[in-house]
Amino acid sequence: MSTTTQRGAASGESEETPPAAPLPPLIELQGLSVQFGNRDILRSLTASLRGRSIGLLGPNGAGKSTLINTLLGFYKSSAGSAQIFGYDIRTEVGKIRGLVGYMPENDAFISKMSAVSFVQMMGELSGLPPDMALERAHEALFYVGLAEARYRPLGTYSLGMKQLAKLAQAIVHGPKLLILDEPTNGLDPSARQRMIRMIREIRDGQEMRIVLCSHLLRDVEDTCDEVLILKQGRIAHYSNLDEERRANKRFLELETYGANGDFTEAIEKLGCECAVTANRMKMILADGVETRDIFRLAAERQVRIRRMNFRRDSLEDIFLKAMES
Amino acid sequence: MAIYRRNYKPYSGALTPAWSRCFVLFRYSRRNLFRSKFLTALFVVCFFYPVLCLLLIYLVHHATFLAEIGVRNQIFSIDNEFFFRFMTVQGVFAFLMTAFAGPGLISPDLANGALPLYLCRPFSRAEYVLGKSSVLAILLSQITWVPGLVLFVMQASLAGPSWTWTHLWIAGSLVLSSLLWIAILSLLAMALSAWVKWKIVAGALLLALMFFGAGFAQAINAVLRTESGHFFNVAYLMTTVWNALFRVDTEHAIPVAQAWTALLVYCAICLGLLMRKVRAYEVVR
Repeated sequence: MSTTTQRGAASGESEETPPAAPLPPLIELQGLSVQFGNRDILRSLTASLRGRSIGLLGPNGAGKSTLINTLLGFYKSSAGSAQIFGYDIRTEVGKIRGLVGYMPENDAFISKMSAVSFVQMMGELSGLPPDMALERAHEALFYVGLAEARYRPLGTYSLGMKQLAKLAQAIVHGPKLLILDEPTNGLDPSARQRMIRMIREIRDGQEMRIVLCSHLLRDVEDTCDEVLILKQGRIAHYSNLDEERRANKRFLELETYGANGDFTEAIEKLGCECAVTANRMKMILADGVETRDIFRLAAERQVRIRRMNFRRDSLEDIFLKAMES
Repeated sequence: MAIYRRNYKPYSGALTPAWSRCFVLFRYSRRNLFRSKFLTALFVVCFFYPVLCLLLIYLVHHATFLAEIGVRNQIFSIDNEFFFRFMTVQGVFAFLMTAFAGPGLISPDLANGALPLYLCRPFSRAEYVLGKSSVLAILLSQITWVPGLVLFVMQASLAGPSWTWTHLWIAGSLVLSSLLWIAILSLLAMALSAWVKWKIVAGALLLALMFFGAGFAQAINAVLRTESGHFFNVAYLMTTVWNALFRVDTEHAIPVAQAWTALLVYCAICLGLLMRKVRAYEVVR
């Protein structure tokens, strides 16, 4: 299970855009299993993930957080192995942790500390010199939007602010990989939007790669280009959303007025597959056929096209299929 | 870069050496500790007795002044028992400092779930424990063996080389007895606070362990007609070891070697309990 195409040659852009150079593998799982006592939590996961932003999806208890915690060396694997940036999680966990910024799911802070001291301390623990850690703590808090509140004790923060402070401590040392575990948990819609916008900004900044773990499909769809769906500790589905989006650009849904067999025949002569129900047509465009060709055929036959959609599987469709499988 | 610019930039500068990072924890924890006025006051009080001892040493060596105020010089003698008394008094202060300062070091991190944030960095559990325990170790050193050695140096400088050479072992005893007491107290305080996660309760437990431990030991001795109950009394074990280290002649119910072993077993148990709890996430089997 692997992917070689990346963001950039992605959704919505013209077909001519050359694909971006492949990124080096971020996470490689080779039969990774984790057991707690007699319970199998992760069962022989094998995947190679290269995306700039990778989503870990799954229902509660699917093993998403366990996978992250195992990758960070918090849990020991019972079988198999995994690498992050080529470093083995069992033998080179120190190197991995030096490259990673982690935003945990649950509350994680020191209540009596001010945000700036907290983020500075975390920066220093990651190896920044004290003066640099202080400067970057201010920058990180400005960046996440906590500038005004940065001298307040963390214990007085609202849930949304605590999430932002957690994000600030995760990025203060300039990691190469940012692991976000349920970053929008407990946020109101506007705070969620802010968080998603920030994750997208970080992703588009090209400086960091992201692993986002969530059970919220929308969050993953909005921010990720690769998705690994887990179910009961197994990989239920792997999807490169960019490739899906590109593939789905060939799948058209038309609502027409005045169409007859002649119009359908003309489209089929272009090499497209068609299925007609009443005044709706579904078709898969053949290579080299563009939507302008369909419009031309419709105009020649006085057929009115009332609606044209690129019908694509939403992440919800993909997720539901994975859950049913 | 100006901090008002709301953008992100990666860091590519030099990193501090990995071994130095547990001092970061020491620095921040110590700063937090001394935010408490009570602890600061207690810390100052801990120096009253050393100052008094310093004064006594000075007076003993200034016979004319003692004669002027009508005190016989032989009342005080600066010997092993003097330093043993010093150690006993400072040991009590060290215990009080630990009871108030120790539980606040780890329990807030556990209660607020901060451990994953420490441990997701290139920073191990051992370094975390080392960083936190160094706060207590240095704090307690400042009130035990460091002033003890200052007193010893003062006495040595006033008494001359002959006294110094014959009593040099006292300096070693001061350091060794202090370090053992510091290790026991630090590990007990941190292990309790790691398991209780509530610093007030952890402090109370530490006090209870010392006071009720003595009562429990007596009860066992009385009921079972044995001396083995003393193994549950950490203070008794410590006094036994100190008596031996300072060569103070006292009868002891249990041999010194067994007291040493028991104390080291206590340290190992506390360390085990501590390492079991200091994890990013607890594994529920």
